[in-house]
Amino acid sequence: MIKHKNFLFVGVGGQGVLTASDIAAQVGLDLGLDAKKSEVHGFSQRGGVVESHIRWAPRVGSPTCEKGTVDVLLAFELLEAARWIDWLKPGGDIIVNRQQITPMSVNLGQANYPDAEALLAALEKRAGRVIPVEALPLAEKAGNVRTINTVLLATLSALLETDPQLWENAILRRVPKRYAEVNKVAFKLGQAAAKK
Amino acid sequence: MKKLLSGNEAIALGAWEAGVQYASAYPGTPSTEILENFALYPGIKAEWASNEKVALDNAIGASFGGARTIAVMKHVGVNVAADSLMSLSYTGVKGGLVLVSADDPGAFSSQNEQDNRQYARFGKFPCLDPADSEDARRFMATALEVSERSQTPVLLRSTTRLSHSKSVVEFTEPQAREFQPLPKFEREGEVTRVIIPAIARRRHPEIEQRLQAVAEWAESAAINRLEWGDKRIGVLSTGIAYQYVREIFAGYSILKLGMSYPLPLDKIRAFATEVEELIVVEELDPFIEDQLRAAGIKVAHGKDIFPLCGELTLAKVRAGAIQAGVPVEPLPGKVAPLAELAIPSRPPALCPSCPHRAFFYNMARQKRHAMIAGDIGCYSMGVMEPYKSMDMLISMGASIGMAHGFKQAGGQESAVATIGDSTFFHSGLSPLAAAVYNHVNITVAVLDNRITAMTGQQENPGTGITLQGEAGREIDIAEVVRAMGVTFVEEVDAWDVAAVAKTLKAAMQHQDGPAVMVVRGACIFTPHFKPQASLQVDPEKCIACGVCFKVGCPAILKSERIYEKTGKQQTKIDPLLCTGCTVCQQVCPVGAIERGSE
Ligand SMILES: Cc1ncc(C[n+]2csc(CCOP(=O)(O)OP(=O)(O)O)c2C)c(N)n1
Ligand code: SF4
Repeated sequence: MIKHKNFLFVGVGGQGVLTASDIAAQVGLDLGLDAKKSEVHGFSQRGGVVESHIRWAPRVGSPTCEKGTVDVLLAFELLEAARWIDWLKPGGDIIVNRQQITPMSVNLGQANYPDAEALLAALEKRAGRVIPVEALPLAEKAGNVRTINTVLLATLSALLETDPQLWENAILRRVPKRYAEVNKVAFKLGQAAAKK
Repeated sequence: MKKLLSGNEAIALGAWEAGVQYASAYPGTPSTEILENFALYPGIKAEWASNEKVALDNAIGASFGGARTIAVMKHVGVNVAADSLMSLSYTGVKGGLVLVSADDPGAFSSQNEQDNRQYARFGKFPCLDPADSEDARRFMATALEVSERSQTPVLLRSTTRLSHSKSVVEFTEPQAREFQPLPKFEREGEVTRVIIPAIARRRHPEIEQRLQAVAEWAESAAINRLEWGDKRIGVLSTGIAYQYVREIFAGYSILKLGMSYPLPLDKIRAFATEVEELIVVEELDPFIEDQLRAAGIKVAHGKDIFPLCGELTLAKVRAGAIQAGVPVEPLPGKVAPLAELAIPSRPPALCPSCPHRAFFYNMARQKRHAMIAGDIGCYSMGVMEPYKSMDMLISMGASIGMAHGFKQAGGQESAVATIGDSTFFHSGLSPLAAAVYNHVNITVAVLDNRITAMTGQQENPGTGITLQGEAGREIDIAEVVRAMGVTFVEEVDAWDVAAVAKTLKAAMQHQDGPAVMVVRGACIFTPHFKPQASLQVDPEKCIACGVCFKVGCPAILKSERIYEKTGKQQTKIDPLLCTGCTVCQQVCPVGAIERGSE
């Protein structure tokens, strides 16, 4: 039985980080725990960094995690996993979407996007498990690129060994009915990604 | 029903439950969602005002008419409303009036991190500080009761962390409710609401007594809650800081203050004598600590160990506690930041197809002849790479006045003010009147993207659509400006690079008072914006000159292909991001950018 969990979801504006974190907080309640979530999204619409904290416990105080206490870092973008890695607790796990979204400084040629394999290796060195997910191709395969967050939540549900049905239900309650089927497919694909 | 609500959603719910019938606000992060949510409830009227002072004045009128009401704004908005606020304290209220101020410790999306609890002391009215969404909902009812009972405005202070965090709230499903007309207006017997000097002098001592009465109520009020534990340490805290205290000081005695002004000093004194050491944990200013010290209550630790600047966090409260010698559990260990690879930062950028882009591309070309006074909105990003076209920015509406002052003081360069449509209606009209009146040669570029974009696309007087979705009258900016006596008024298509350039140059040369150019083009998040097929770069034509990068579009990337003559990387366009505005196509000197096949 899960009693306490700290999650940090990070990504880039427009990727669906905030919806995903709403769903994760709801699953905490559905598990019979208290839950809080907190986000910073000031400039999210314009391609800035989005961070969202989710905490599950019998009784949650602070809505934000403390650096060094995150059980699972869920990164919607590769570079963001690297940026937030020190929030992880020693031995904590990372789910990382392999998608790369280049910041303006890289587009302008003023900075480089680090090599993907080097980034993953650096994450491996610091974390318990690192689960890279090809969330964008999987979402496309499911039939809608906007199901990236469903893919990643499904991977998280599998990592946590919680009842996947709870997650799927929480997702389906959030998405418009006409997208229920693509989300179900995306969920299956995301679950499978955790097993590789 | 039990639901996760954000602080802002809970404030809206609490206001509705407590019978608020009219609410007015001006958008501003982190407060914006309060009115957006309140507007959805039945039987109420909710409006966007043109600025925060108007919002408060609206609420004052409603209160004097007898309605329960709220005015909502971000912390710096209270500065705009402060003139009315300070005297509203003197007049008092009739229907309960709560001013909701959403502060921004950490300045996540603000020009400063002022601590608005100070307004309560300055203006002599109560300030309530909720610590989670359930508090936010309940405190709204308490605030309105205090307001009516003591005939005082009440400040309900949120912070970014409270406003944008979700926690559990228990409530009964809102039911249908009819909008109630106010009772027949009753003229006051003894006048207090016409705050002329004689009445102000009479009212001042009454206000001091009122504050005293609220302080007495606070001594036994349920919102100030004792949580007894180990008495070696007693912690006094308020607002979101209480949540960090609850975790870090678990097991010790805590006095949670729901109201940071006026303080229940007797209760605090009693608490202080029961515990061995009193520690005050509060975000930003030592607001409570100073009051305790002034009252002669011994504070062992406060701002000596907790930071004065920035948002508090669990980590900061833990560090402070350890410094105070409190035996708190240390963290198990650390994960090293990723230092071996350089992680590029990810600053925000104007969206692909943003209507502000062509203006700033041109402004950057003209800037050696100009001093550019900026204003607040998405277009504030004009200060960043690759435009670097903003020399000053201080508060909403200030651009026109600053350009004016610069010019009148003898500034030799052209003075350009850039101001958004929402900001123009907020506080651009009166400085423009001053510039016309004093015949000042400045250029005012109104960047009219048909929305209040920065705060998440709220309607404004220029769009004519109200918060509750009714179509009203659009105010035409060019028409207003002409009526004010401006002799150069030109509207220009925001995505026509050459036309914007021509108009900007002409405006900067205008020598008959202010020149106003209205750059019109809808923000991509409005229904007026029509995305077009993406553009692509022809590698046979691209000479890798880099001009297209000067438009600063997130969809324009360095390609893996090399232009052989110079060995430089060519350009490519991300087809998923590009919405085809053609600004890059217009600036490409060799016509290498063309419409994609899609
Ligand atoms: C006094 C004050 N009130 C509110 C805000 C929040 N705020 C920041 S920008 C902005 C308005 C932006 O609208 P507009 O001028 O139309 O520019 P746009 O973002 O659409 O480009 C607001 C309301 C603020 N910073 N200061
Ligand atoms: S939100 Fe609208 S105004 Fe703001 S940067 Fe994006 S397109 Fe431009």
